Amino acid sequence: MSKNQGREPAIELINVTRRFVSPTGKTLTALRDFNMTVERGEFVAVVGPTGCGKSTTLNLVTGLAKPSAGEVRLMGGPVKGIDPRVGFAFQKDALFPWKNVIDNVMAGPLFRGRSRVEAEAAAKDWLARVGLSKFLHHYPHQLSGGMRKRVALAQTFINEPEILLMDEPFSALDVQTRTVMHEELLKLWAERKASVVFVTHDLEEAVALADKVYVLTAGPATVKSVYHIDLPRPRVVSEIRYEHAFIDYCKTIWDDLRQEVETSYRRASEAA
Amino acid sequence: MTDITMETGITSFRPGTSDKEIEAAALKAIKRRKQTVFFWQITILVAALGLWELSSDFGWIDPFFYSSPSGVVQRLYEWTTEGTAEGSLWYHLGVTMEEALIGFFTGSIAGVVIGVGLGRNPMLSDIFSVYIKAINSIPRVVLAPIFIMIMGLGLASKVALAFVMVFFVVFANAFQGVREADRDMIANARILGASDWQVTRTVVIPSAMSWIFASLHVSFGFAIIGAIVGEFVGARFGIGQLISIAKGTFDAAGMFAAIVLVMVVTLAAEYVMTLVENRLAKWRPQQSLETH
Repeated sequence: MSKNQGREPAIELINVTRRFVSPTGKTLTALRDFNMTVERGEFVAVVGPTGCGKSTTLNLVTGLAKPSAGEVRLMGGPVKGIDPRVGFAFQKDALFPWKNVIDNVMAGPLFRGRSRVEAEAAAKDWLARVGLSKFLHHYPHQLSGGMRKRVALAQTFINEPEILLMDEPFSALDVQTRTVMHEELLKLWAERKASVVFVTHDLEEAVALADKVYVLTAGPATVKSVYHIDLPRPRVVSEIRYEHAFIDYCKTIWDDLRQEVETSYRRASEAA
Repeated sequence: MTDITMETGITSFRPGTSDKEIEAAALKAIKRRKQTVFFWQITILVAALGLWELSSDFGWIDPFFYSSPSGVVQRLYEWTTEGTAEGSLWYHLGVTMEEALIGFFTGSIAGVVIGVGLGRNPMLSDIFSVYIKAINSIPRVVLAPIFIMIMGLGLASKVALAFVMVFFVVFANAFQGVREADRDMIANARILGASDWQVTRTVVIPSAMSWIFASLHVSFGFAIIGAIVGEFVGARFGIGQLISIAKGTFDAAGMFAAIVLVMVVTLAAEYVMTLVENRLAKWRPQQSLETH
């Protein structure tokens, strides 16, 4: 990769529109004229009202979905199918329940044709980093929600993704576990400096983690505003929420977001 | 142990009871429950057979048509020691088992392969679904005369019948199992780098496995039905043929004896299948025992 390419942003969505057509021929626009740029090593959070199309943006970047109009670029090049540089953390548990912890983590390297020995060494390394060395041969159902999330993170990170997409990954966890996971994520991210897009409906989570917060409008989603979060790193998530600067950011962004949330609720109740 | 008070099945413990005591009490309760279940199972069996035997002995039912447990046991004993009028019992049983097993294995392999194939390919499944529905609406046993006409009295016609009996059940379950595979899990595998074939092998088939096994349990019974119905319609050997001959000679004990044989064989197959399934499904959560 040449120096010149290195300066291209990690992710660009340029005037992207995404429509869904139902089998009966009705169209639903999830994204309209959507623009977003994620620089290399940048941590971007996306917040917006429920069901506005946040997850759709991620599917476009993975290559699982194609834009109806506009362009999606990764590292300066167009998206062609599923990109090997992308990692994805799911909201739900997407671990394979019939594989034990280490086999789950080894799945990525094995799919990509690395040898069993290599994959096993890498998996042990990553499981040590997330503190699960003692649980290599447990099955997912034997672990707690927080431990399963750690396995999922190790499974994603083992492929060393340059682009990490996260779709409300911690929303199912209890508040304490979530804070622990935030810190774990920031630690892992600081080591690798992947470019992250973190979709969430939790504004505080967005501000605590991200360099840049995108606020989306009620569907069809388009970018309403972008906020740069100038809080110093490394951040301690459990303490940052009591700082003035943090609270100010949350207040400002929430004022902005609230209108969209209200619009979204009004529409939902009108529809009902 | 005397500290434990039993009240309508719920055990309550005094404060300060050690975990060991609670454990021992729970294990004891579990054991007692098992014994009770087993006791009633045996009692019902003995009562039913006893009633049959007595009814037959006292002439409440006609022993000529209904035979009796002792008559059936005697016939089974004769068959195993002296063989049947049509030759060795084991040969007949072997023929039926051969037909059923070949039909079972080919039918379930074909069912899994085609079920998974169509489940993974929406276009093909849309095209073929109408034909599968149509063929599935045919009661399978009506195919027996046609198969025997085309393939003759030998092995092939019975295998073909067992095959169609098994195929549709396994196919339907494999297809449904593939359709139910978690979308996020498939997306996860693809993003981790899996090819289509890797997704099928490592995600789709394992997640369809519990559906497939559910169908395998019933379909061995179906394979036996296929083989025996085929033998009724036309055969030279096999358990179905024995039953057919017994019917022709008004030998009620013979018919019941054949039924008992088939029952034993099917139960044994079911047991083996459960062992295999438990080995394959060791990842599944175990139900924890309820303790109060």
